Parts: sequence; structure tokens; C-alpha cells
Amino acid sequence: MFLLKLLFRNAFRHRVRTLLTILGITVAILAFGLLQTVVSAWYAGVNASSSTRLVTRNAVSLVFSLPIAYQERIRRIEGVSSVSYANWFGGVYITEKNFFPNFAVDAKSYLDLYPEFVLPPDEKRAFQLDRKGCVIGKKLAERFGWKRGDSIPLKGTIFPGNWEFVVRGIYSGVDTSTDESQFFFHWDYLNETLRKTIARRADQTGVYIIGLKNPQAASEVSLAVDATFKNSLAETLTETEKAFQLSFVSMTEAIVVAIRIVSFVVIIIIMVVVANTMAMTARERIGEYAIFKAMGFQAHHIAGMVFGESLFITAAGGGIGILLTFPVARTFGEVMGNFFPVFQVDRSTLYMDLVFCLIVGIIAGIFPTWRAIRIKVADGLRRIG
Amino acid sequence: MIMPASGEQQIMVAVNAVSKAYRRGNQPIPVLEGISFQIARGEFLALMGPSGSGKSTLLNLIAGIDTVDSGSIVIDGVDIATLDESELARWRASNVGFIFQFYNLIPVLNAFENVELPLLLTTLSRRERRQHVEAALDVVSLSDRREHYPSQLSGGQQQRVAIARAIVTDPAILVADEPTGDLDRVSAGEILELMGRLNAEQGKTIIMVTHDPRAAEKAHIIRQLDKGLLNDVPA
Ligand SMILES: Nc1ncnc2c1ncn2[C@@H]1O[C@H](COP(=O)(O)OP(=O)(O)O)[C@@H](O)[C@H]1O
Ligand SMILES: [Mg+2]
Repeated sequence: MFLLKLLFRNAFRHRVRTLLTILGITVAILAFGLLQTVVSAWYAGVNASSSTRLVTRNAVSLVFSLPIAYQERIRRIEGVSSVSYANWFGGVYITEKNFFPNFAVDAKSYLDLYPEFVLPPDEKRAFQLDRKGCVIGKKLAERFGWKRGDSIPLKGTIFPGNWEFVVRGIYSGVDTSTDESQFFFHWDYLNETLRKTIARRADQTGVYIIGLKNPQAASEVSLAVDATFKNSLAETLTETEKAFQLSFVSMTEAIVVAIRIVSFVVIIIIMVVVANTMAMTARERIGEYAIFKAMGFQAHHIAGMVFGESLFITAAGGGIGILLTFPVARTFGEVMGNFFPVFQVDRSTLYMDLVFCLIVGIIAGIFPTWRAIRIKVADGLRRIG
Repeated sequence: MIMPASGEQQIMVAVNAVSKAYRRGNQPIPVLEGISFQIARGEFLALMGPSGSGKSTLLNLIAGIDTVDSGSIVIDGVDIATLDESELARWRASNVGFIFQFYNLIPVLNAFENVELPLLLTTLSRRERRQHVEAALDVVSLSDRREHYPSQLSGGQQQRVAIARAIVTDPAILVADEPTGDLDRVSAGEILELMGRLNAEQGKTIIMVTHDPRAAEKAHIIRQLDKGLLNDVPA
């Protein structure tokens, strides 16, 4: 009790210095938390994606499509439970700034492969019955205030023209890691239009999505699919959805690595700042520590005082930082929602915060403690007066 | 471990052929050169001498916060050179009370808490500690200032708090290094009077470094330290 009282009062002896140090730790923990969350938001698509689904694309590049006739041949492959397909549409709502992902999908089969998109059965039926119908994520609906029955015009970029869709369903994610900002419509609608306008681009799709009977068989099925189309006009590359997503994300991996490094550098900087504060403090108090020692206090008592104060300061700053991380991340996520459909603080980030506070507190206390313990009482007393 | 002094001698402190030098670079600077003397139990001794003559050094050696180069210091039958660092710390906690020139109170603790500090090393309960602290503050007539912080007290009052802190564990020896050196004449008089009382009424053995002749008058014995050697001066 007495020690705690002493720690607390010592910590606030230089009120401004201590408050600034605490503020520094708060900002550092906050910055670390946000940067870590940006990184995990980056990988959110990967983490949310399933390893029980396979994605088949053109072996040359994703920009080349695959014949729609492949669906039947894939379905017959051993281990495949269902096949659907999707085509990146790249439509724009009014302006480029309103970006959201939109896909032309096989309305009959697509949603069955994605149980994480939760949609009431009647909405699903309504979607399947309306050739111009679309299904949108809850977040997307909130963003533009879209409701069921609304008519939504998209300007085609890859597929020229003005396209009109009617909202037939709004899905919500099965949990917070599900992307609720996507937009799906009938591939048939796209294809019929293409047949009339650009016939050579009709009857094609970007990717096939394959459901597996047994997730353990992912690599065998992948090999079997790719073997089926070996030496055909469009050879395929099949991989798990996770691997597929990862190949997107890793295009910009260097940036993510940089962000990660910066987040750790922030922690190192604050460690130096706290260590400096503690060193200053201990230097000023060398005489006091000598008095404690003269009275019979020992090294472990002194160590308790210095480490206690150092840990108290880091705990205060870290605690405030952790508490602030949530509202700040929420605001940040709202502002950046278009870039990061899923933006939430990982529990592992909080654990890292706690571990870093502990490490910073301990490292900052080591040198001053060592000095305070090592100084001879008589020498310490001579510093006074 | 701590043996009682043999009854007939009543020697509290025995300084035997103590030498001490400081080192500046490679150059040893001798400060004390083979000093021997004894202090009887219940004595009030003043150590005088010019500045830099080694008074503080000698006092620190006796108080067990510095170590001799050669010779020995036996206090109440214990050769303190044989104690290791943590034994010495425990020995100081129960045997020596310190009074410094600059009071050296802990600024973030109030008078009561400052006096309580040495008791934290004992096994006393909170209540017992409070009783001891109150008694000590009573001795120095500062019971009404227990909530005051050092910065809210005059120099003389701070020194009285420091004295309360020095006596709260009831040590046999009080060491005081220029306890009046920073005080005005009236406050200094009060401090000396208080120390005289502690010596006379509580039988404390007091060793006081001073260069104030008026302070020395309070003592029974004055010893002069000059150029590392000790001269007797009759009180
Ligand atoms: N830690 C130290 N290192 C070097 N010299 C010291 C140290 N402590 C004291 N001295 C020297 O030892 C001499 C005696 O010091 P001190 O005992 O403080 O004298 P006094 O208290 O009589 O003024 C002085 O010359 C002082 O400069
Ligand atoms: Mg001195």
C-alpha cells in the first residue's frame, strides 16, 4: 500500500513530464493498434475466405476468361459437390469514387456456395426469379441508402453500356469478418446483352467456384480440374479460395510489410522515450535512493520503486491507448469503409499491446534501477546539497 | 548475531586503526590515517575540524554506509566489516538513526509518512506503526504538523521531522552530519536542545559532525579531526 502511494506520488512529481510521457505511450499504442488493424483488414478477405472452396481461373492470367462450357465438365470431376461461376463486372455507380465490388454470378448456384452471406429465403427466391435482380451486402445498402425494390444504374467499364438492376435481396454476414459490401447480379443478364452487342465476349466467365465433398481432397481435385483442361484452348489454374485471395493481396505485400515494420518502430521509439524519462527521473532521485538505502532499504526495495513507477506510467498510457483504440478504429473504419470492408481490432493486437507495455516498462526501468542500486550510499548522499 | 557489549566496558563504538583513502584517477588521496578511538554508550560526541578533514567520511564509516580500507569498526560488539551488504542494511535499519544537514525528507511524503518510512522494514502492524510515529512526532513537538509536506515546513521543522524519523525505530546510535549547518540560530538552538534531550533522557549515543562551536558545546566530548588525524579536546 505504502509502496503504491509512493509510486503514484513519485510518478506525478513532474506532472507535465509524466503526462506527456503517458500521452506518448497512448499515441504509440493507438498508432500500433491502428496499423495492425489496417494490416489485418488487408488480409480480411483472405481470412474470411474458405479453404473448402476452390477457385478455377485462366492459367495465363485473371484478365482472360474461361468458356462457360467448362461448368459441366468440372461438375463431373470426382470430389466436386457443386460448381458455380462469377465474373468481375467492374461497374461504376455514378462516379469512380463510389467503388464497390460487383460480380455477375450464376444466380442458381452461387449463393449456395457462400453460406456466410445470410439471405432470407424469400429474398433469395425473388432474386433468382428476376433476371435484372441483384443481391447487395448490408453495409453497401446502408452506404447508399438502398432498399429492396430500388433500381440501381451501373455504368459498365469492362462491359460498356448503362446497366439497370433491381435490389431483390440484402444479405448480412454470418459474422463480423464477412464482407458486407458486395453486389451480385445474374450472369445470364450480362451474357444475353453481350450476345447482342459483343458476341465474341459472350459465353465466358472469369472464374469457377467449386464446392468440395471433402475439404481434405482440395489438392487432388485442383490437380484433376487442371488436368482436365490441359492442352485445351484455355488452360486452367485451380487453387483454394484462400490461396486465390492471397495472390491478390500479396501483389502489394511490400506495403503491408512496411506498415508492419512502422508499427513496431513506433513501439521502439516510445520505449526510448520512456527509458529517457525514467533515466532522468532516477538521476534526480539518486540522493533520495541513497537515503532509503541508509535507512536500511535494500536493492529489491529500490528496484520495486523504479520498476513500479515505470510500469505504472506505461500501464496508464497503454491502458488509455487500448481503450481509445476501439472508438478510433471504429471511426477510422467508417471513414475508410470503402477500402476496408472489414475493419476491426484483433484480439491478438490487444495482447501485443499488453506485452509491449510490459516490455517497455521493464526495459525503461532497467538502467535507472541498476544505477540506483549500484550507487554507494555515501556517494549518493554527497550529491545532495 | 549481534552480541551484547560486555557489561563493564560499556563501549558502544570502537574505531581501531581505521584508514580510508579516495582515489582520484590513479592517485590515492588519504583521508583518514590510522584513526583509533572509542565512544562509550550514552555518549554525546562532537566531531570537529576544518572542511575536508574527513569528518563526514569517518561518520559514514561508523554508520555503516561506507567501508574502511584497513582497520575495524566494532559497534556494540559487532565488527561491521564482517557483515555483507544486506546484513549491513538490516543492521543499519535497527541500530542507526541518520540526521543530515539538508534534512533529506522525501518530498512526496508528508511528515507522518516520512517518519513512518523506516518502520516499513519492521514487522510492526499498521496500528503499531502509527503509535510509534505519533510518539516520535510528539518527542519533536510536531504532532500538529503530521499532514504537512516538507515544502510546507520551515527548515527547523523539517529537521525535527528528520530527527523523529531517525528515532522512530529506537536505534541505539544517532549519527548527525552538520545537523544545524543549514539552520538559523534559533532553529539550530532548538535542534541542539532536542538532541541533548534525546541523549540525556533516552540514553542515545550521539555522534555529531559540526563546525559550529556552539553546537559542539552541547556535546560531552569534542574530537578534532585534522589532516586525517584525531586530537582530543576536553569538552
Ligand atoms: N567519493 C569521493 N571521492 C573522492 N574524494 C572524496 C570523496 N568523498 C570525499 N572525498 C574527499 O575526501 C576528503 C574528506 O571529505 P569529507 O569526509 O566529506 O570531509 P568533511 O566532512 O570533513 O568536510 C575531502 O577532500 C573530499 O574532497
Ligand atoms: Mg562533511
